[in-house]
Amino acid sequence: MPSFPHSLASPARFRRLSRRVLPWASALAAGLLGVGLVWALGFAPPDYQQGDTVRVMYIHVPAAWMAMLCYAVMAALSASFLVWKHQLADLAARASAPIGACFTAVALITGSLWGKPTWGAYWVWDARLTSVLALFFLYLGHMALAGAFDDRERGGRAAAILAVVGAVNLPIVKFSVDWWNTLHQPASVLRLDGPAIHGSMLWPLLTMAAGFAAFYVAVLLVRIDGESAARRVEVLTRRRAAGA
Amino acid sequence: MAEFLDMGGHAATVWPAYGAAAAILIGLVVASVRQASRGRAELERLEGGTGERGGR
Repeated sequence: MPSFPHSLASPARFRRLSRRVLPWASALAAGLLGVGLVWALGFAPPDYQQGDTVRVMYIHVPAAWMAMLCYAVMAALSASFLVWKHQLADLAARASAPIGACFTAVALITGSLWGKPTWGAYWVWDARLTSVLALFFLYLGHMALAGAFDDRERGGRAAAILAVVGAVNLPIVKFSVDWWNTLHQPASVLRLDGPAIHGSMLWPLLTMAAGFAAFYVAVLLVRIDGESAARRVEVLTRRRAAGA
Repeated sequence: MAEFLDMGGHAATVWPAYGAAAAILIGLVVASVRQASRGRAELERLEGGTGERGGR
């Protein structure tokens, strides 16, 4: 009986598992996001200072969390690809990058829209905003590098090195609000002394965050399937060209 | 309903934010499903005559 991660590393087995998990992850994402949206837009209270603009939080914060989580997953997969050469790790890292880029774009755009009424500006070059913008460019760089070489393996390795080195940006994003004087507020939920946010806002926020996480899993599985098919197509095409 | 859509005078902040998020995430799902089905179709076409099975 092979060990769990080893058996997962076989694309065929992964595909069977993925097909079983995908409907559940999709249904969970749809359900949680449905409930979360109604809760966030209809039932959560307006903020006593910000009024209804606070509703942007229910997408901005989960998107920003997922932007970081996706990158952490991508960096871990990339490291394991560099060390153990697991093809599945390469496929999953490639699959993760566009999803992370989308979450980061959502965090940046919603944050910018929220900034205008709250701070008086769509954008300021404070450490949090700037480091998240850098995160967005790291994702784009990863996608560009992964596809930049005729030899897929080389592209995968170059992108993996970028992902691992770029992971240094993650603590900078997280602690930027503590290390520097930022216009962006410090953490309200992920704090050592517990969340500083009322349950009436915390629960819809966590529901949306869980929905975003399930969404990530579902889209990741679809994209890994796509990446794995693309890789196989490339191998077959090359084999044919060599045989012809 | 009008009151809900007005978002306490902040409709111009709340709805574009939700709209942009929906557009990006739905676009991602559509692109991902298309990429996967295109890849699978191409693979089936290539494997068609050879008897080679994919996945491993």
